[in-house]
Amino acid sequence: MTEIHIDKDAPAIDVQELHKYFGDNQVLTGINFTVAPASVVCVIGPSGSGKSTLLRCVNRLEEPTSGKIFVEGVEVTDPDVDLDALRSRIGMVFQQFNLFPHLTVMDNLTIAQTKVKKRSKDEAVAIARQTLEKVGLADREDAYPAHLSGGQQQRIAIARALSMTPDLMLFDEPTSALDPELVGDVLDVMKDLASEGMTMMVVTHEMGFAREVGDNLVFMDGGVIVEEGDPVEVLGNPQEERTQAFLSKVL
Amino acid sequence: MAMSPRKRAQVSRGVQYAILAVVVVAIAFAADWPTLKDTFISPEITPQLFPEILTIALKNTIFYTAGAFVFGLILGLILALMRLSPVGPYRWIATTFVEFFRGVPALIVFIGFYYGLPIAFPGRQLPGGTFGTVTIALGLVGAAYMAETIRAGIQAVPKGQTEAARSLGMKPGRAMVSIIIPQAFRIILPPLTNELILLTKDSSLVYVIGLSLSGYELTKFGREGLSQYTSLTPLFIAALCYLMITVPLSIVVRRMEAQADRAR
Ligand SMILES: Nc1ncnc2c1ncn2[C@@H]1O[C@H](COP(=O)(O)OP(=O)(O)O)[C@@H](O)[C@H]1O
Ligand SMILES: [Mg+2]
Repeated sequence: MTEIHIDKDAPAIDVQELHKYFGDNQVLTGINFTVAPASVVCVIGPSGSGKSTLLRCVNRLEEPTSGKIFVEGVEVTDPDVDLDALRSRIGMVFQQFNLFPHLTVMDNLTIAQTKVKKRSKDEAVAIARQTLEKVGLADREDAYPAHLSGGQQQRIAIARALSMTPDLMLFDEPTSALDPELVGDVLDVMKDLASEGMTMMVVTHEMGFAREVGDNLVFMDGGVIVEEGDPVEVLGNPQEERTQAFLSKVL
Repeated sequence: MAMSPRKRAQVSRGVQYAILAVVVVAIAFAADWPTLKDTFISPEITPQLFPEILTIALKNTIFYTAGAFVFGLILGLILALMRLSPVGPYRWIATTFVEFFRGVPALIVFIGFYYGLPIAFPGRQLPGGTFGTVTIALGLVGAAYMAETIRAGIQAVPKGQTEAARSLGMKPGRAMVSIIIPQAFRIILPPLTNELILLTKDSSLVYVIGLSLSGYELTKFGREGLSQYTSLTPLFIAALCYLMITVPLSIVVRRMEAQADRAR
């Protein structure tokens, strides 16, 4: 297995000529893009355009068909890479939260710390309490996920990812499964994270968040990046027809 | 004849109760109660069955079943994981095992096991004496059934759970042990308990393995009593003993199912 040599000067994420097929169905066609360290890139686009697939290729939850992906200079697509070590540095937040329902909040936050990062129980608990504080749920460490609201579950899921002290975070439509009145709390947590300098790649339909927090905006359609650039520019003055058509529907 | 739906439902229910009442009364009158009582719970024979029917037979039935359940559960889990393995030969072996032991009557499995093993491995013995032999033979049958239940349970855990575990850096085995299997077992607790009930009854077939008196379980004990006293009483009392095990288990299953329904 290849040793991991992290290069903090390299792009946080570097995707080169990424192609992805599901069987005969081509879902990603020649994707190239980079995420600078400590920046926030938002990915928007119609449903089925390949946003989730792209995000999931970054930690290889989906296997790229061809192309290369680097995370902090380490090639994710190298067949010999220590994928589990790499994944433990990439936090991931899912649309459906995917908390472990049989474990308490505290155990959700400590299990991978102790089993993967080999932290002591005490250290793991201390870190978990810090992250719970950060997402505003310090009083819920003994609750089971089923007893929390959707917004609370998603904030716990963010805390779970943060407990691994990742170098970057991937979000796949983190607020899409939430009741509208719960969206704000989750977005606030994500804004705090961004202002602390966390590198984030966020698939989202929250244009307000993209405009306010994003350093870069990527618009995808049909498995390609149609347009990218400064969020205020792309949202306010889209150059491509497909971008204009999409934005006229969602804004 | 015009009848409102409510009226019709009332009449229909009335007819059902009437039929039930007639059948019960007819049976009660036709049956020869004194003889029935002497046959099934003879006042002379019943006391002679105690305490052995409890201290030996019931105890052995519980021990054999519990041992087989634990062994079957472990083997069943291994078989379930083999069936889900990406390695072809593992899947084929597990599938063959499951199909064989589910498809063949337990009685034949026990006979084959008891007489076949010494031929296959001359001079060797299974550990644990009678208990070991019964546990393994009965456990093989239980494992085949439980493997299918466990596999279904593992597959019923949402895919997002594995993805969340893997994205945190857990290896496939770790994700299986810490995340998937605990959830799978919650899902399958009711059907697994049902399999425990079936196993309790299947334990009645282990008499073919040649039990000594101290190894008698309920059915063997009842059959011996049958020939000793030429009375059905020992078998009937044995049947009541089975119900003492299986009815509480059924109640537990129903509770768990009701709870699962409420949680949904
Ligand atoms: N596991 C899969 N197997 C087959 N096809 C898939 C799978 N996941 C996604 N797809 C297909 O890939 C395309 C892009 O999906 P996705 O990346 O989820 O889009 P988005 O997140 O932009 O809505 C869709 O057509 C979808 O049907
Ligand atoms: Mg998606």
